[in-house]
Amino acid sequence: MLDILSDVDRWRADGQRVAVATVIRTVGSSPRPLGSKMAVSDTGSIAGSVSGGCIEGAVIEEAQSVLEDGLPKRLSYGISDEQAWSVGLTCGGEVEVLVERIDG
Amino acid sequence: MGFESLRRSLLAGERVVAFTRADGAGLGARMLVWPDGRAEGELGAGDVDREALALATAETLPATGLREIEGVEVFVETFEPLPQLFIVGAVHVAIHLVHFARRLGFRTVVVDARSAFATVERFPHADELVVEWPADYLARVPIHANTYCVFLTHDEKLDNPALQVALEAGVRYVGALGSSRTHAKRVAALLEAGLAGELIDRIHAPIGLDLGGRKPEEIAMAIAAELVAVRNGRQAAGKP
Repeated sequence: MLDILSDVDRWRADGQRVAVATVIRTVGSSPRPLGSKMAVSDTGSIAGSVSGGCIEGAVIEEAQSVLEDGLPKRLSYGISDEQAWSVGLTCGGEVEVLVERIDG
Repeated sequence: MGFESLRRSLLAGERVVAFTRADGAGLGARMLVWPDGRAEGELGAGDVDREALALATAETLPATGLREIEGVEVFVETFEPLPQLFIVGAVHVAIHLVHFARRLGFRTVVVDARSAFATVERFPHADELVVEWPADYLARVPIHANTYCVFLTHDEKLDNPALQVALEAGVRYVGALGSSRTHAKRVAALLEAGLAGELIDRIHAPIGLDLGGRKPEEIAMAIAAELVAVRNGRQAAGKP
């Protein structure tokens, strides 16, 4: 959380809306431990990470809709999941991420 | 989602447990519980909230991960105090150390009484930059067990009283820059000031892992490496 805090503070001071993605479940090898976070602003800035770069692109995309409507999302990525192949989860594990908008 | 409370708590170095609903209509509902029993927010059902409160106030805090609480799937996240680094002395080595330490996940505060050194131009990346007598500053801010202090001023008037405050507060790491001759003088002065020998023995000096470097950035890296070694439970050889 510390790793994203100063960026999040700065973006919010600038009036940007910010969503935070958190790794809530991992199966098998995964590059980032439980609780790892990535922040995404509505101008597309990012801080932190939720994988070794495998799923960030997909999470950033999903985060935009969370920023829009404020509804949290739980996302799953894994080798058994076709979408995961397309985003390339090279680590071969499974990752679940909760994305939510910071509202206060 | 309780972000502001969580943020304030983390910056203050408090332990706090966050419970977040990970399923169903209540997805994202959050309850924060502090180990002293304070709580904020709710998960949406009384028995779930009560169980969360019990978990977060137990002797052993719950591990971070998903957990079923009264039939509801909840992501539990235990936040320990952030490691914080106080750098006493806004000297050249400190400029590089701020960079390394922040990259390594330390909240980094630079303190110096000399306003000519402690400028935003020199330290744009420090989480906090404080112009104050270091001993006064360390005595007034909350110092938790996950605090690291590095003394770089080379000036005993600035270093020694602050060293005393840090050692008596029981911080995790204390390191002080200077040759063995400088350190011997420092030890004598601290003993003279009435500080216990076993506290003085906790000072890492010469500071940093031995990388053989002389340049400010090399010294900063040696110090950063030592901070990592201590954080990971590997004290440098020969140190308490």
